[in-house]
Amino acid sequence: MSIPADLKYTASHEWCRLEADGAITVGITHHAQDLLGDMVFVELPVVGRKLAANEECAVVESVKAASDVYAPLAGEVVAFNADLEASPERINQDAYAAWMFRLNPDNPADLDGLMDADAYRAQVESEAH
Amino acid sequence: MLMHTPLNTRHREAGAKLVDFSGWEMPIHYGSQIEEHHAVRHDAGMFDVSHMLPVDIRGDAARAFLRKLVANNVDKLQTTGRALYTCMLHEGGGIIDDLIVYFFNESWFRLVVNAGCADKDLAWIESQRDRHAAGLEIQPRRDLAMIAAQGPNAASRLWAAMPGLQELAAPLKPFNAAVVGDMLVARTGYTGEDGFEIMLPAKAAPFFWQALLEAGVRPCGLGARDTLRLEAGMNLYGQDMDESDTPFDCGLGWTVDLSGDRDFIGRDSLLRLPRGQTLVGLKLLDRGVLRAHQPVHTEQGEGQITSGTFSPTLGFSIALARVPAGARPGDTVEVDIRDRRLKALVVKYPFVRNGKALI
Repeated sequence: MSIPADLKYTASHEWCRLEADGAITVGITHHAQDLLGDMVFVELPVVGRKLAANEECAVVESVKAASDVYAPLAGEVVAFNADLEASPERINQDAYAAWMFRLNPDNPADLDGLMDADAYRAQVESEAH
Repeated sequence: MLMHTPLNTRHREAGAKLVDFSGWEMPIHYGSQIEEHHAVRHDAGMFDVSHMLPVDIRGDAARAFLRKLVANNVDKLQTTGRALYTCMLHEGGGIIDDLIVYFFNESWFRLVVNAGCADKDLAWIESQRDRHAAGLEIQPRRDLAMIAAQGPNAASRLWAAMPGLQELAAPLKPFNAAVVGDMLVARTGYTGEDGFEIMLPAKAAPFFWQALLEAGVRPCGLGARDTLRLEAGMNLYGQDMDESDTPFDCGLGWTVDLSGDRDFIGRDSLLRLPRGQTLVGLKLLDRGVLRAHQPVHTEQGEGQITSGTFSPTLGFSIALARVPAGARPGDTVEVDIRDRRLKALVVKYPFVRNGKALI
């Protein structure tokens, strides 16, 4: 199971990476894409949108089903990955390279409240049983 | 406890993702549903459909009984091995199941029914037998497995795997079957491609599957089966129709034979009920994915998507939708997807046949 140690995770299977400029990059985990199957459609939040923590802010659809993506923490969207809209299969190919959007967190310390890799791994393993 | 088909071990060996389908543990895919889909459109794929139930009808009154039992007319079956697609209705005209009837001789027909309907179908068929054809034998064939090999290269790969089949199976036209030893090889399928459905003894199925695998036929799961059948414009029971729908509500009017005075179960209701709804194809014009249960707004009123997906062959989203009668190909309709209203075009289906886009 691919769960990079340098990322933070949510219970709803988003990953977060702190960038040098303080922005947070968000995507969905390898485990999430594996559950969903082949991706065929992605809908991303527009730049400037203000998100509350846990707000539905993006959608990924596989051949099988649609699934909401939630904001891991509160902040303002500063970028989204337009390449994904044309090639949603990139999420299947490498879920951690296929970032979805970046946000400037209202409170950078919120990141500390998310799961680390070990905690996320434990959650995934408990869900499998 | 989920039921297992005789191929369950093969699926596990191949790394299948297994899911509960009508109480059966079945492969949804073996890695990539889309690659499996393309394999069937461009080469050859195989599906374990052993969860479906063959039911043999044996006895002198078999034909007369089936003339009563199903909405299509089995009198169309006059040559050995001929197959017919039909609905089986209750007295109210609603669809109990859709199935294929095979004819072998006047005292032997075979029905193949959906896994999820098998128990209620058997109970219904037996109760009707008791009323109309006492003495007729109704034989569920749980001893048989069923493998569907589908795709433009399915035939050549099948001969490579099982050279003994070629002589009797190669000349088969669509919707015809041949008995080969203890197997039934039928030129039927659920994908819109050439191919065969093979019923064979459960014990022989793992070897047969392995031979097809070695001949280059790709294992495909129920996920690809669903996108393939939807592109081919074929209804799925429980999704596009159920007991509350008549064949006319779901685009299957062509399978109902009202000619003559054949008194089949459900006929009176079909003649009496209004035909206010129809099934149409939709092509999504905006970006997104059509899904079952999304509301559809037409000029004639509101309808609903019954099956929707992203079409791997076409590269956009398609759907079957039940809408008020009067909607025509070329009409633009609107579909509610989450918080938005997107435009879709009414189109004729099938959407794809024999590898080619039709819309």
